Amino acid sequence: MKKQSKVVQYNKWGYIFLLPFMIVYIVFQLIPLISTIYNSFFENYRVGLQQIGPNFIGIQNYVQLFSTPDIWQYLANTMIMWIMGFIPQILVSLLLGAWFTNPSLRLKGQQFFKTVIYLPNLIMASAFAMLFFTLFSNEGPINSMLVGAGFFAENYKWLSHTLSARSLVALMNFLMWFGNTTILLMSGMLGIDPSLYEAAEVDGASSTQIFYKITLPLLRPILIYVMITSLIGGLQMFDVPQILTNGTGDPARTTMTLIMYLNKHLYSKNFGLGGALSVFLFVVTAILSILVFRINNATEKKN
Amino acid sequence: MKNLARKALAVMMAAAMTVPMVACGGSTETATDTAAPAEEAAETTTEEAAAPAESTIPADAHILNIYAWNEEYKSRMEAHYPGYETLSATEGKIGDTYVKWNITPSDDNAYQNNLDETLLKQADAADNDKIDIFLVEADYALKYVDTDYTMSMADLGIDGDMADQYEYTKQIVTDSNGNLKGSSWQACSAGLIYNREAAKEVLGSDDPADVQAAVANWDKSAETAQKMAAAGYTMCSVNDTYRTYSNNVSGKWVQDDKIVLDPNMEKWIDDSKALVDAGAEDTDDLWGDDWAKGKTPEGKVFCYFGPAWFFNFCLDADKEGTIANQGGWGFCEGPQSYYWGGTWICAATGTDDADLVADIIKTMTTDKAVLKDIATQDQDCVNSKSVLAELAGSDEGNMALLGGQNPYAQLAAGAEGIDLSNLSSYDQGCNEELQGAMKNYFEGNQTKEEALDAFYKAVIEKYPNLSK
Amino acid sequence: MNNKEESNFGRTTKVIGCYIVLILITIICLFWFYLLFVNASRSNSELSSGGFTMLFSTHALDNWNNLVHGTLPILYGLRNSVFVAACTAILSVYFSTMTAYAIHAYDFKLKKYVYAFILAVMMIPTQVTVLGFLQLIDKMKMDDSFIPLIVPSIAAPITFFYMKQYMDSTLSISLVEAARIDGAGEFRIFNTIVFPLMKPAIAVQIIFTFVTSWNNYFVPALVLHTDKKKTLPILIAQLRSADWLKFDMGQVYMMIAFSIAPVIIVYLILSRFIVGGVSLGGVKE
Repeated sequence: MKKQSKVVQYNKWGYIFLLPFMIVYIVFQLIPLISTIYNSFFENYRVGLQQIGPNFIGIQNYVQLFSTPDIWQYLANTMIMWIMGFIPQILVSLLLGAWFTNPSLRLKGQQFFKTVIYLPNLIMASAFAMLFFTLFSNEGPINSMLVGAGFFAENYKWLSHTLSARSLVALMNFLMWFGNTTILLMSGMLGIDPSLYEAAEVDGASSTQIFYKITLPLLRPILIYVMITSLIGGLQMFDVPQILTNGTGDPARTTMTLIMYLNKHLYSKNFGLGGALSVFLFVVTAILSILVFRINNATEKKN
Repeated sequence: MKNLARKALAVMMAAAMTVPMVACGGSTETATDTAAPAEEAAETTTEEAAAPAESTIPADAHILNIYAWNEEYKSRMEAHYPGYETLSATEGKIGDTYVKWNITPSDDNAYQNNLDETLLKQADAADNDKIDIFLVEADYALKYVDTDYTMSMADLGIDGDMADQYEYTKQIVTDSNGNLKGSSWQACSAGLIYNREAAKEVLGSDDPADVQAAVANWDKSAETAQKMAAAGYTMCSVNDTYRTYSNNVSGKWVQDDKIVLDPNMEKWIDDSKALVDAGAEDTDDLWGDDWAKGKTPEGKVFCYFGPAWFFNFCLDADKEGTIANQGGWGFCEGPQSYYWGGTWICAATGTDDADLVADIIKTMTTDKAVLKDIATQDQDCVNSKSVLAELAGSDEGNMALLGGQNPYAQLAAGAEGIDLSNLSSYDQGCNEELQGAMKNYFEGNQTKEEALDAFYKAVIEKYPNLSK
Repeated sequence: MNNKEESNFGRTTKVIGCYIVLILITIICLFWFYLLFVNASRSNSELSSGGFTMLFSTHALDNWNNLVHGTLPILYGLRNSVFVAACTAILSVYFSTMTAYAIHAYDFKLKKYVYAFILAVMMIPTQVTVLGFLQLIDKMKMDDSFIPLIVPSIAAPITFFYMKQYMDSTLSISLVEAARIDGAGEFRIFNTIVFPLMKPAIAVQIIFTFVTSWNNYFVPALVLHTDKKKTLPILIAQLRSADWLKFDMGQVYMMIAFSIAPVIIVYLILSRFIVGGVSLGGVKE
């Protein structure tokens, strides 16, 4: 009897230790989330030094948001630039991971290469984007190098063409994230029971076969994890295109991401429309996450 | 939600295999090593945060806050305000009062947004946090002048000192009740600044009158641009000519909360498109690295469009290898007369230093000796009819970077003729967005209609109360 | 015999192929930064007339002096960034460990729900709530201060999750129970026994949260307005606009170099620890 009450007494500490997290979470995340949703039903912005609203206008903000194809265009931009970066990211990571963990290759200097490929992940995205902006400006060093080497007849306007502007964003995202992914995948590959490989080798399987039949299926949980986090990170894409294009999303807003668009509304203190956009982002994130889980679930059942 | 959470858990678990692995790799020893410096760093920074090492302002000092978007006015104060002492790049001292410069670039309305935030809190702010002086540009002067956030010159007791100023500089900062609410040391009539070498090579003469004849109107200017292109020069950027068009419009940007595209702005769009397609003009953003290449002979740019402050602020005469350094620029009126920019000094309501503020405004914008110094030392075109007249008639007005040419007669005549009746408080946003949107049209990424739609969209994002 | 030689030959070509690809990737990763440091050492006139070069010049010190004595308050920026990142890292790691410990070591009614809740909200991007967040801190008069950038890091679901995983694999409850028998209080047990045991995980997370905060741009740019309170990423973004450095590209490159160099140096010192642990641990498993 006495002992049990003591256990209960200890367990009370569970709540006490949870308190800081919960209080901070509720104050700085939950309340803002609710007030963001609340805001989306009001007209609330500032013109110069004059405040308009807040006036309740129902779903007017949502109607305005979806009355143009813009928001879908920005969602598409975001996803296209994410995919353009993610596909090489996952392929290169798989390749490097397989090489690094392949005992028969016995690659030397792994530590060095891992250090190098992880480096861009730690670089400030805004500084990285600013660097690319200066390097790829019309008269910048990259053009001067390419023209000097005879690849181009004249300076190429990297940021004035949709494909090249998007490619630059994707390239930066790729550089920043493939090292991280490689290291995640490697740890997954090393976690696979070596006896499986040995058995396959005894059965005369080629290394390609081993990769497709053993490594890849066993890696699936990690691959899915990488994909989800990368996808959610991709939806939040902001720093790189914002600074590269100075917030314009040029050319013709084909590099404008959802968060850049949100930033525009926050910047002009248009809290109503910004709120509606935030809710949209929230829903998209939730749907994509659930979708990826579902796909994962379905393939799991099939196997 | 719960279902999602459970699945999330499953995935995370698998992924988190890495967690113990990462952890095992680092021995306890290294872990201690790395944790320690981080804690140390936190301790030292807490102390530093309390007393910034680089700040020269004592904690109990009396502070004068000045808000600006660039360093131009700061350098004028440093060089010309009697008794101003420079302490650091953003701090100074006048007598016992410390001066603090709060500089935010004006792009994308950043300066205005920051100013708005601070002005809205002005009433509750501590004395040392209150804005005392802030600067405004013509594009949005009205937004501030027409509110109670600015003090009138009459309240500062200096409204009687401004008879020698140009009329337009007073119009811009006069509120709807007729109160004068700011003052400027500049008169910003502008012209065309041309590369003398290029003029000699292509037009056969670098004399201002001959060059003016070659660019006397937009048709002639376009012809000259074609010739320049043929000789391997770029005329200028489409954004250079922008102000000349936008100053000669027939109506305001915003009328009854509707955005109105003036015929002259359409002319800018069409003229520019033709010249960009012909390879005679480029689309470089103003102030950018690419745009700035024309400052050296290797940049192969024929001209810039600018007022007098452009000479000193943008042409880098003090840097070796620039055209300005060799005195290689010339100055003429250009296709249409116009003005550009100018900085007005406003006193913020609630300032705790009204006397000092009044003296600064009076000295910097009306004292003839100071204004003449500014003109001769900084090549600025000052806001004083008598000083400009004096300079126009003497060798003191000759400028080395213009190869000895004296531009003051032209600048003074231009300043008399400036008409500001078509200004609105939305000008900065509209001008910036139109230039931004049209870049896509000029570069062939969008049709004119698409680019115009994008322009309207962007302006409405900035000013949600407006409509097309 | 013959067969073996052939496979040896095959392995050698394969390995050479691998190295070629790896070296290419290394170049792709490092080229930009090399160019950055080269250009940071060149004067503006060299940059505008010289174009591309791989050779260092001699103006690094000039650029540095111009930058430090210019109006961009980069030393304040550095101090602010270090301060915010260090506080964020410490608070986030300490309280995440505490939260993880609450879930790991105690049995209470709502435990399951709280755990599920934290995992679910891990997915919500901060950008979604930033609007309400800005309004809130405005009401709390915390606009333009470091508090809204630091304090919220107490509730960091991702750090929490990492800590929880680490505890599951290493922390045994019997240790805690032994301490209880000795009469130690719960809070004391956490601080003197549990927290030190978590050192390896703490070190890793300190680094990651520090770097994340150091690089953070979106929220600080919306919260901080006063020049001397701005963190480095905001100052970097200002380079992109207008006439800040009077068009001196040497200073621009120097500024970029300045803001990434500290991270690169710290990383090179700790890289073995940051990256290396992963594969080592994997083999042990």
